[in-house]
Amino acid sequence: MSRAKLLRPDGLLISTWRKLRRDPLGMFGLIIVLLIGVLTVFAPWLAPYDPNEVDVYSRLLPPSGDHWLGTDQLGRDIYSRLLWGGRVAMKVSLLAISVSMAIGIALGMLAGYGPRWLDRILVVTFDTIRSFPTIMFALAIVALVGSSLNTVIVIIIIASIPIYGRVVRTQTLALRDRDFILAERAMGASTVRILFRHVMPNIAAPLFILASMDVPVVVGMEAGLSFLGLGVKPPTPSWGSILNDGYSYIRNSPWPIIAGGIPLILVTLGFTFFGESLRDIFDPKLRKKG
Amino acid sequence: MLRFITRRLGISVLIIVLAVSLMFGMIHMIPGDPTSVILGPRATPELRAELNQRMGLDQPMAVQLGRFLGKVARGDLGEDPFSQRPVAEIVFEQLPFTLILVFTAIGAATLLGVPLGCFSAIRRDSWLDRASAVLSVAFIAIPSFVVALYALLLFSVRWQWFPAIGAGESGDIADQVHHLVLPAMALGLGWVGYIARLVRSSMLEVMEENHVRTARAFGLPEHVIIGRYALRIAILPTVTILGLGIGTMLSGALFAEIVFSRPGIGKLLHEAVMTRNYPVVMGSVLVTTVFFVVSTLVSDILNAILDPRLRGAGDQQ
Repeated sequence: MSRAKLLRPDGLLISTWRKLRRDPLGMFGLIIVLLIGVLTVFAPWLAPYDPNEVDVYSRLLPPSGDHWLGTDQLGRDIYSRLLWGGRVAMKVSLLAISVSMAIGIALGMLAGYGPRWLDRILVVTFDTIRSFPTIMFALAIVALVGSSLNTVIVIIIIASIPIYGRVVRTQTLALRDRDFILAERAMGASTVRILFRHVMPNIAAPLFILASMDVPVVVGMEAGLSFLGLGVKPPTPSWGSILNDGYSYIRNSPWPIIAGGIPLILVTLGFTFFGESLRDIFDPKLRKKG
Repeated sequence: MLRFITRRLGISVLIIVLAVSLMFGMIHMIPGDPTSVILGPRATPELRAELNQRMGLDQPMAVQLGRFLGKVARGDLGEDPFSQRPVAEIVFEQLPFTLILVFTAIGAATLLGVPLGCFSAIRRDSWLDRASAVLSVAFIAIPSFVVALYALLLFSVRWQWFPAIGAGESGDIADQVHHLVLPAMALGLGWVGYIARLVRSSMLEVMEENHVRTARAFGLPEHVIIGRYALRIAILPTVTILGLGIGTMLSGALFAEIVFSRPGIGKLLHEAVMTRNYPVVMGSVLVTTVFFVVSTLVSDILNAILDPRLRGAGDQQ
């Protein structure tokens, strides 16, 4: 009980919030992150049109009161499509990041706390996965099994496991010989208890920051693959496929590309600034070097 | 040192062998037999039987894999079923276009990033320093294909300053350079800020060191201190990052090539994926993987030579 009090999660949250409030870029990031969250969760109620409703009489219109961000080559409302596309992006990043983080935590702890030979195998495996040009391999896999959002998610998960695995391993290695862990072990605590009661809370902050910085990477990958026609299937809107439609009609109207790029830019900036700000708060050593 | 290099070399070879085996395995994992996949709609029983024998598909898997690895090691990447040309020839025809693009992008990013980083370090907290801090983070995060699309929209569709399609007439260097500007910019923009930040932070460290203080005590002019004593050391970490950058830029090059309809490995791969031309898909993925692995290897070794602390770090870090 007293240990839980020492950690005081509410105190940490409040102090983090205080520091974050003083960092304009971090606040900007947080606002964007929250905004994107609200917009994607409530997309079905916020979208003024059905994202797949074709209207041949209003093709490639510039922004107006009726269509805030204009229409695409089939007369579909771009604003509505972007809102629904945000759901795809958030679904992919939530799923991909949580699954790869869970696997990364398990493998990283195994590597950091387990026997030495297992550690070696896992490190080589992580290095091997990281040594593949991800997009190229994604293309090859999609060529073989066909394009689908699930394929994209699986590829992103496999490519991201090493990112989490390596951080968890390094942190676990650093913690395993610390006095409080030794004391716990001497008192007869089980490995599982040590890992989840004592190691986990200590690596939670860096993992959270890593996840926040990873969102732009995952969203960019999904959008990139959908842009290449290898992600979502038409007519499902994704930020990448909206840009691809715009690319095909770039000489007819600039609006689909201008509008289609904005959410991608906002999401990448928002999550990156938010993550950077958190990193500065949790690890002030990095701040000096900037 | 030698041990470190042999180890890294071993891992690199392992990765490439693994990549080849993975590609081989994937071709065999897909439903249906590989001959009909490779031959596509043109598959007739006779053609299939012939290909089966020619590819040694009647042999056991292990033998097939061994043969396949042997062929790849000799530089034989198979044959394009559509044009009947060797895949290696097709891939190496496209490779120079990609290499020119990647090296131009990273070169330009270095030329802009190093002075910017230097200036940021000297005039710490000036408006340029602050702006470059924010912009560098911003441009690293934004996907390069979005930058490419905006550049295309603005500079070639709207203002028509630069051509939108192709790599230029062969032989006409000015035309080729003109075609190179936009894709290289889209690819390199994110790296300008990244390099600037790297140079800045190592500059700040070096400026505190004894030899710089001594130079200053001798009354040397500031530009000599910076140019001859500080920057020379501060630039080292950046050099090692460039190797890594060339590797990761290959993925960005794919998008730049597609957006600007520029020939290159990325465009070749994308077209092969779209037409389900498996031998070409495999060939181009393999060549890029080798290129990627080699550039990472070179940067790791450079890093170890320049920073002895990292030599044993393969398993500690």
